[in-house]
Amino acid sequence: MESEKIPAVDKEIRKWGTKHESLIQVLHGTQESLGYLPEEVLTYIAKKMNVSLSKIYGVVTFYNFFKLTKDAEHVITTCLGTACYVKGGEAILNALCNRLDIKPNEITKDGRFTVRTVRCVGCCGFAPVMVVDGKDIHGKLTPETAIDILEKYM
Amino acid sequence: MSELLNVKIDGKSYQFHKGDTILKACKQIGLDIPTLCYLEGISEEGSCSLCVVEIKGIKTLQRACITEVAEGMEITTNSEAIHEARKTNLELLLAHHPLDCMTCDKDSDCVLQDLAYQFGIKKSQFLDEKDTFSCPIETAWDTNLFIQFDPQKCILCRCCVGACENQAVVEAIGIAMRGYKSVVSTPFNLALEQTNCQFCGACVQACPTGALIEKPRIGKGKIFKFKKTETVCAYCGVGCNLALYKDKNDKLVMARGVTNKEPNRGRLCVKGRYGYEYVNSFERLTKPLIKEDGIFREASWEEALDYTANRLLEIKEKYGPDSIGVLGSARCTNEDNYIIQKFARAVVGTNNVDHCARLCHSSTVTGLGKAFGAGAATNPISDIENADVMFIIGSNTTETHPVIAQFIKENKKKRGAKLIVCDPRNTDIAKYADIFIQHYPGTDVALLNAMMKIIVDQELTDKEFIANHTEGFENLLKALENFNLDDASKITGVDKKLIEEAAIVYAKAPNSMIFYTMGITQHHVGVDNVLSIANLALITGHIGKEGNGIDPLRGQSNVQGACDVGVLPDVYTGYQMVTDEFARKKFEDFWKVDLPKNTGYAVSQFGDLTLEGKLKAVYTMGENPMVTEADVRHVKESLGKLEFLAVQDIFLSETAEIADVVFPAKAAYEKSGTFTNTERRVQLLRPARNPSPSVKDDWKIVCEVATRMGYSMHYKDEEMIWNEIREITPSLKGITYERLEENSLQWPCPDEAHPGTKILHYNGSFKRPNGKALISGVEFHPPIEIPDDKYPFILTTGRMLFHYHSRNETRRVKVLENFVPENFVEVNPEDAEDLNLKNKDMVKIRTRRGEIVVRVKISTKPKKGVIFVSFHFSETNANILTINALDPEAKIPEYKACACAIEKF
Repeated sequence: MESEKIPAVDKEIRKWGTKHESLIQVLHGTQESLGYLPEEVLTYIAKKMNVSLSKIYGVVTFYNFFKLTKDAEHVITTCLGTACYVKGGEAILNALCNRLDIKPNEITKDGRFTVRTVRCVGCCGFAPVMVVDGKDIHGKLTPETAIDILEKYM
Repeated sequence: MSELLNVKIDGKSYQFHKGDTILKACKQIGLDIPTLCYLEGISEEGSCSLCVVEIKGIKTLQRACITEVAEGMEITTNSEAIHEARKTNLELLLAHHPLDCMTCDKDSDCVLQDLAYQFGIKKSQFLDEKDTFSCPIETAWDTNLFIQFDPQKCILCRCCVGACENQAVVEAIGIAMRGYKSVVSTPFNLALEQTNCQFCGACVQACPTGALIEKPRIGKGKIFKFKKTETVCAYCGVGCNLALYKDKNDKLVMARGVTNKEPNRGRLCVKGRYGYEYVNSFERLTKPLIKEDGIFREASWEEALDYTANRLLEIKEKYGPDSIGVLGSARCTNEDNYIIQKFARAVVGTNNVDHCARLCHSSTVTGLGKAFGAGAATNPISDIENADVMFIIGSNTTETHPVIAQFIKENKKKRGAKLIVCDPRNTDIAKYADIFIQHYPGTDVALLNAMMKIIVDQELTDKEFIANHTEGFENLLKALENFNLDDASKITGVDKKLIEEAAIVYAKAPNSMIFYTMGITQHHVGVDNVLSIANLALITGHIGKEGNGIDPLRGQSNVQGACDVGVLPDVYTGYQMVTDEFARKKFEDFWKVDLPKNTGYAVSQFGDLTLEGKLKAVYTMGENPMVTEADVRHVKESLGKLEFLAVQDIFLSETAEIADVVFPAKAAYEKSGTFTNTERRVQLLRPARNPSPSVKDDWKIVCEVATRMGYSMHYKDEEMIWNEIREITPSLKGITYERLEENSLQWPCPDEAHPGTKILHYNGSFKRPNGKALISGVEFHPPIEIPDDKYPFILTTGRMLFHYHSRNETRRVKVLENFVPENFVEVNPEDAEDLNLKNKDMVKIRTRRGEIVVRVKISTKPKKGVIFVSFHFSETNANILTINALDPEAKIPEYKACACAIEKF
């Protein structure tokens, strides 16, 4: 295993212990440091915590939160909840996808962007809405303003 | 006993133990509750919801399999609401299940189908017409040869996952994804063969639908067209009970582990589950063969039998009875083997009778016989669960005794027992070890003495046990006096600290068991190794109790039995010495013939004896010395010099090829009779198919030859032979066929009321004359050949999971042969780099006896400086390389260590 990834796992295992109940916390923390959970990291966790790899794989694939592959540098989430949908959320999604030349959930070839959809982010008053990297919320969008925002990250 | 609770079920009052589930309680009173996902001890997660019942006071229906009974509980198991709920749940499971029972191989062998029938569901009301159920197109199971998985038929009951986790203890599969996408999968959807799956097929046996099935069974017919027979596996010494199924053409097509029966309790390994196919082979011998001018011709039974009897008589007359050697077989029944040793002794008149136990556990028979007075495993397999520490030395248990390895892993996983593994190779079982000691081949005595030195120095011995139940402790102390731990560390190549840790863990545990196999026995110091193991158990008192003992794991289905019925040159049945005048007299009276007084020669000496002109003829029943003897070129050369060689076998083996006459015999799965497994358990065999009418039972062939040689041997059946064995063998006296029909029995079993003996030497009562065990002082002697400039590597040989011995069976099992079609040599990555070797390169391995060319497999299993070759392949026979250096007492060759050179080919 690439040695630079070990300290991140060891830190979590030190923090949470090797009891089976701690598995999700360890996975959570490891993903926070590494951005995703590569195969060799899971194999290492399996050995350290004495849990079978098949069980860990089951947990990791059960929760949407866990990622087995490296995510894009910037994750753009467009809302397709009722309010956003009515206000043209789909057009925003299409505009972003066209601009990046990807389908929803795909990652651009350079690994920098991906576009996902979500069923409501809880600020329907600003519909249609998109969220960049899980923190920057942009509302009352048009396809054009959405592209402008996107291009700021490019 | 746990507390009793008063519970009402369907209006009637009962008492159940606290902790019982409602399902168990209902079973106890004979109530049938439908289940799909429940397999006791294997899968108890409660996912199918078919077992729902009503409990008074609880609004919703509860699952019987995961709800425990409680005081005063009132349960209803059958009401309209329950029926509706069960039916609805079943229909939900059937929403995506293809209704293709007509073409499904599991038709009538399917719990889901049975329940659909029971509930009268023709078509699920939730039937997914649009097929929105997402089913992976490519699964991890597609590429392997053994198991087919159809995710469309999977109802996600998790029985397979439970079987892999709790029976096989491999955990190669789990449930991945969520909701509609849930699927049984390997991690990362890796191909099954890239995981640590051992292909034992426990998952297939657990599957209640057609989702999982043995690939070779596909298209062979439906289960109601098959005939099922319960018998004993013909491979290793675990002696698993298996049910074999034959089709209408008398071909074996399927095998299942028999549940709820010792020793395997439903488990099997890949050879048990798939390895029956050789029996069907078109290569089976069907006619006797006589060699004329170097070519075989078919002969009638009469002619071949007459010819053999006459030739043996001539040779006996000309050179004397001791010019003839007789070989029995650990793969034949007790009855076959009793007859062949009687033939050697009473008809030929020689004690030159032996079999392949010489090559595996003769050191055990001699060593444990010396130390304890009985050379057999002390504790049953079921006793593994009582051990707190399991000490494995020189045993690649996962590959050689897979089902025992499963129980060992289970004891570690479920009960937290500690596992110590000592092996020159980092085997699969070593990966599960808490302490793994990788010592050099042939340094076992140094390692064990070092452990005992630590135990003595730290006063961890069981002084009371030593004083009351042993003698000779002072000899051990003397041998350890000048023994130095630093030297031991240097000799074994193991850190002192690790040896110390192992010694302390083994000695201190309340219950410790030892398991060993060929890594201990196959050395020129095999007996010394075994004595050292006995010493270790004796000085710590870890013997003669539940969870305490020594289990030498026997390698073949009936190697214990063949020894028990006297196919050894020094003993009659039940280890009665041929040199003991009283015993000899007894057998002379019983067989009504004079018997030879001298101990006979061992099979490992046959080669030299032939070259010296002392041995002129050999009669072989089911053995293949042309592949299995050490320094096999020498054997080939010598057997070629015999005046007469007769072979009974099921195939034209390498030995049969050079014979003068060959008799076609029945295979184990076609025989009646008994096998005795590694834990002294005598079990009944039942014929699972009818062989070609022109093949005979091994014992019958021998009887016919004997009768023609002037000693009448006639038996009605196997039972008649067994009764003769019982009559003359006190330890087997109480074991009758009638009792065996009910249940297997472990010897000693002196009378018909005796329940059999689970644990030998119970409470320290040993079978030696004074009732005390013998502790010996054992000095370390290195292997005969140690690496030098010319031959710088240590070669060690052994078995692999997917093949068996001289491969006469497993090469005729398609899935096994295709999975591992050729031999290989394991080379440590560091050595590979030094030698500039890549995976799959061809290399030449040379020893002082010969050379073979074989493919490289770079592996971390062997230590640097050690290489490993399996001995299954006659084409690249490891035994061309091995050294026939014999243990002076046991006459076992040193298969496990010799010096070799390796170079790119």
